Amino acid sequence: MSSLLALFIRDVRLAMRVGGGGGIGVLFFLIVTALMPFAIGPDLALLGRIGPAILWLGALLASLLTLDRLFAVDHEDGSLDLMLMGETPLELAVAAKAAAHWITTGLPLVIATPLLGLFMNLGGQASGAVALTLLAGTPALTFIGLIGAALSVALRRGGLLLAVLVLPLTVPVLIFGVAASNAAIVGPLPFGTPFTILCALTLVSLVVGIFAAAAALRQGME
Amino acid sequence: MRLEASSLACVRGGREVFSGLGFALSGGEALLVTGRNGSGKSSLLRILAGLIRLAGGELALADGDPDKTIPEQTHYLGHQDALKPSLTVAENLAFWASYLGGAEPPEPALAAVGLAALADLPAGYLSAGQRRRLSIARLVAVPRPLWLLDEPTSALDREAQDALKGLMQRHLSGGGLIVAAAHGPIGLEPAKELRLGEAA
Repeated sequence: MSSLLALFIRDVRLAMRVGGGGGIGVLFFLIVTALMPFAIGPDLALLGRIGPAILWLGALLASLLTLDRLFAVDHEDGSLDLMLMGETPLELAVAAKAAAHWITTGLPLVIATPLLGLFMNLGGQASGAVALTLLAGTPALTFIGLIGAALSVALRRGGLLLAVLVLPLTVPVLIFGVAASNAAIVGPLPFGTPFTILCALTLVSLVVGIFAAAAALRQGME
Repeated sequence: MRLEASSLACVRGGREVFSGLGFALSGGEALLVTGRNGSGKSSLLRILAGLIRLAGGELALADGDPDKTIPEQTHYLGHQDALKPSLTVAENLAFWASYLGGAEPPEPALAAVGLAALADLPAGYLSAGQRRRLSIARLVAVPRPLWLLDEPTSALDREAQDALKGLMQRHLSGGGLIVAAAHGPIGLEPAKELRLGEAA
């Protein structure tokens, strides 16, 4: 247990220090969302209608941005070799890394959402709904992304491949995340239905993502 | 404790690197693996570390901890340092010590490789030799019976080579095993020698 805690703390620390990806994701999220009103124009009704979708797309791209280095760095400096050899099961090590990744990139996105909702002409309740769906849905983005990050670990420029591999798999999360947000804002669906499915998707991706990523890492070492 | 390998074979990229390789090593003994470039020295160490799948043959560690696999009782010092440039020297070592399950505080290990004065420096500022020393500190901080060293003296100055020699001898006299790949003498003589690329 202490080894997992050590790994979690190390990854959080690395993300916070210079050169880590900690602030990058949320900055990217900020710039994408801030650009949208300029591109779409000052149509407040339209912005309010597509706001949740834009916030979700921004969060999706922002979390993808930092994923490609998740295992690649450890592979390049030999840390991954030692993790594969260690007593700590690789699945748990992958889970600890995923938790650290979500805390440093997913959680800041959730926190920034109410502020960015203002750009999208979302009211307090609507922003809160989007933030809540992101809180439930961004872990799924991290866990699904783990698979792509593990598969592309040995590739020099795995970032693009990662996007191609991961983005199609995130479609269900995107659909139910935006559906739950819209249900809370305009109805007519009850918020609970799509939100429960979103939570289920996160739980499924937690299990599948961790085991698939660990298996991919083991294969990739050859 | 005894490490036994018989008729090991290694295939990399569809090409057979070596086959029919065997050796036995008892506690307190060191094996020096030599051979030309590409003869499979590093591959042999990675096979022993469980990082490359064995293409044939058997590998066993007798009298070890029955609950642990061979890699879990092994330290692997490869060409890469497994260090993070933005963490300090002490943080790097403390992470590996607790990740690999070391019970003791890692500071004495840092002193053993002569890096105690640099404990608060980010590892990114270390020279190649100092990075190597910091990797070696990991072997001291967490006791494990089998050490796999891939050209352990590369980038080390004379003083650090002597320190490494002392650490290796202490490890051997405590009943440990060392398998080292090297091109020249690394201070383990007299050691068993395994020449790759000639017998095959």
